[in-house]
Amino acid sequence: MSLKKFIIIVSLLCAFLAAGVSFYASADPDGLERVAHDIGFIDDAEESATNGSPLAGYSFAGIENERLSVAVAGLTGVAVTGLFGVGLTWWVRKPQDTSDEVDTSRG
Amino acid sequence: MHIPDGFINAPVSLGAGILAAGTVAVALKQARGKLDNQVAPMAGLAAVFIFAVQMLNFPIVAGTSGHLLGGALAAILIGRWPGLLALTVVLSLQALIFADGGLSALGLNLVNMGVITVLGGWFIFRGMTKVMPKSHLGVVIASGLAAFMTVPLSALGFVVQYALGGTGIFETASVLTAMVGVHVLIGIGEGIITALTVSAVLATRPDLVYGARELLPKANLTIKNVEVQS
Repeated sequence: MSLKKFIIIVSLLCAFLAAGVSFYASADPDGLERVAHDIGFIDDAEESATNGSPLAGYSFAGIENERLSVAVAGLTGVAVTGLFGVGLTWWVRKPQDTSDEVDTSRG
Repeated sequence: MHIPDGFINAPVSLGAGILAAGTVAVALKQARGKLDNQVAPMAGLAAVFIFAVQMLNFPIVAGTSGHLLGGALAAILIGRWPGLLALTVVLSLQALIFADGGLSALGLNLVNMGVITVLGGWFIFRGMTKVMPKSHLGVVIASGLAAFMTVPLSALGFVVQYALGGTGIFETASVLTAMVGVHVLIGIGEGIITALTVSAVLATRPDLVYGARELLPKANLTIKNVEVQS
């Protein structure tokens, strides 16, 4: 399998997982939340400063349909993570690998 | 495992932030100029995959769920320094955009779910491959076991932070028992997901598993061409 094909297939799989399968993910508290609840420090939790984000809690504010809301949040997350992930590694990768891109961006 | 704001006091959160920033700086320095054409796109892809799979909380016992942390997986697929960069992207975006994990707790979360799982997972994996058969199966088993162990290790990170700067007044011993107990169970899921993922990549493109490069040098050349799957 070519690298290009591999990247496309895995990207599509990720989009499917984040946008479709995630709707069926367990909504139960995770390990830390469970422990915090059982021991008694769950109420020490404060609301995150980013709670006003339209994507807070992995749903898209303003979309009533829950399935669609989660799908939009998941797809946005996949796209943004991809953008930053590729951007960061492109920035630090080998100089000779970037020479082409640097030239075209200048031209 | 994402720590919200308020669980751990400001000094310990800040300390963890400094530790995380320092380690990420080392990762940037180590990775700079070394990522080749294959690892560079794979690092972005690993970040995306870990983000997507972290959304998939799986039930472990009644009323409790867990999800992949992905640090060991990232380290095995792309190496520990690029792996730490991938986890840093995922955890930072989760805190900034999805309000998953507190902002002031980002350093704590980067230490527990980034530094500990990526570096810990890598060293456990490397240790295990020394005693495992140098085969696909050996790499897959080492991956699963290393990933399994990173989850209680990560939970231990939280226990240390809570002991140092927990805002509550609960005994460290009870936090320790509860955290390690539940995260051993979540670790089983982590191990299975990691083993299956590494196995799938080994079956399609064994050369893309960074941690197996030195272990399976000949397989890289032959399997790609004749599509033998074992």
